[in-house]
Amino acid sequence: MNFLQPIGRIFLAFLATAGHLIMFTVTAVGSCARPPYYPRMILRQMLDIGYYSLPVVGLTALFAGMVLALQSYTGFARFSAEGAVANVVVLSITRELGPVLAGLMVAGRIGASMAAEIGTMRVTEQIDALTTLSTNPLKYLVVPRLIAGLMMFPFLVLVADIIGVFGGYVVAVYKLGFNASNYIQRTYDFLQAEDVNSGLVKAAVFGVIVTLMGCYHGYHSKGGAQGVGAATTNAVVSACILILCFDYILTEMFFAK
Amino acid sequence: MTESTPKIRLRGVDKAFGAKVVLSGMDLDVGVGESVVVIGGSGTGKSVMLKCILGLLKPERGSIEVDGKEVLGIGAKERERVNNKIGMLFQGAALFDSLPVWENVAFGLLAQHLVSRPQAKEVALSKLAQVGLGADVGELWPAELSGGMQKRVALARAIAADPEIIFFDEPTTGLDPIMADVINDLIVKITREVGATALSITHDMASARKIANRIAMLHEGKIIWAGPTSKIDESGDACVDQFINGHADGPIKMAVRA
Repeated sequence: MNFLQPIGRIFLAFLATAGHLIMFTVTAVGSCARPPYYPRMILRQMLDIGYYSLPVVGLTALFAGMVLALQSYTGFARFSAEGAVANVVVLSITRELGPVLAGLMVAGRIGASMAAEIGTMRVTEQIDALTTLSTNPLKYLVVPRLIAGLMMFPFLVLVADIIGVFGGYVVAVYKLGFNASNYIQRTYDFLQAEDVNSGLVKAAVFGVIVTLMGCYHGYHSKGGAQGVGAATTNAVVSACILILCFDYILTEMFFAK
Repeated sequence: MTESTPKIRLRGVDKAFGAKVVLSGMDLDVGVGESVVVIGGSGTGKSVMLKCILGLLKPERGSIEVDGKEVLGIGAKERERVNNKIGMLFQGAALFDSLPVWENVAFGLLAQHLVSRPQAKEVALSKLAQVGLGADVGELWPAELSGGMQKRVALARAIAADPEIIFFDEPTTGLDPIMADVINDLIVKITREVGATALSITHDMASARKIANRIAMLHEGKIIWAGPTSKIDESGDACVDQFINGHADGPIKMAVRA
């Protein structure tokens, strides 16, 4: 029966981490509802998450839209259904690719930097210093990031939606020879508010996931540079996995019949 | 609080990390206005003791009193009030990288909303002047400072709110002997000026002799000797003698892996 021991240990460790994470989430979200707030920190994080992620998210969305138009055209040409390219592009981008790709890209950029910054603060005793200076580290470090993530991810996804659809339009019109006004009309006719809204809700959830994972792993990092490195990796990996899990759950909630 | 009530009083404090016992029934008194230095080898729990007093770590057992009031198990608001009395100089300075020097110094004042930003800056610059740094340093970032300057800035931050108690965690570690002496002089001068009670931890005997009224030696989780600085050379304790003279041979065995 000895072979069961390591499995049991891993399972217990997983449960302990899950419990720890849930407690951290509850405390952090609870802290959002109580002052003090740090407007300067919130603005700084909004700028970092929203403005500085625009190039990464924009480029990703542009190429995703372009590839999508090209692939769907190649596939649909077999069934003489090339006209559906505009529909597929707009639906895929707004419902799925916009939020998921933006979430994954920003998880790599912001999740990693949050874990590294907070992790470094932990191992250099800066978080202890905050406590001795009458400042709750959760409220000062985690809450502004959480609020900024919640607010800026939908904005980034909206931008990704527009650029992604534009990418599809560029390929369809300038490479595949679609009529520009017809393409725009089909996109407009097929797009429903629900498609965009579901993407924005997903974005808000992904924003919370990315910031929480970055903050959680950074906040609990230990052991110097190696610990900070591990925290950074864990933050990005766990955020990416949770984004894909929650993408399925939210899609099921929104669109399952 | 009566005249005889110590500013800080530890009784029977136990703290362990898993199977590793760090503090084991530790007792210590620090009188009002006194400067006590706790000495001891690396890993003997000196920093843990300070963190227990500050509420950053929770001991398993024992009692810690500040101004005669128990501080173990108190709520967050009460803890904030206790910590407002305390300034802390961290071993690695622990300056906030994302803030300029003057904001680091004024952080506590701004966090407690004691003053406006312009007033906080004024206080920060005057505290920087107290530790021998010019106003131009206030505009720099912590990463632009040398180790000695970072320690001075951290000292300015520790005294910014005129605390009643100041903790110094290895104030001279990582500094050259001259800069270490400069920091020691500053600690003596500033604790006198502020009129604060000081509790320092170090394994630098030159520093301990300079800044302490009283020295206590921590070994195996307990204070094994405490007395006036002038008496440490005649302590009569073999562990203290070995430590202050820096001898490899003696009752204290360092864990060395082959």
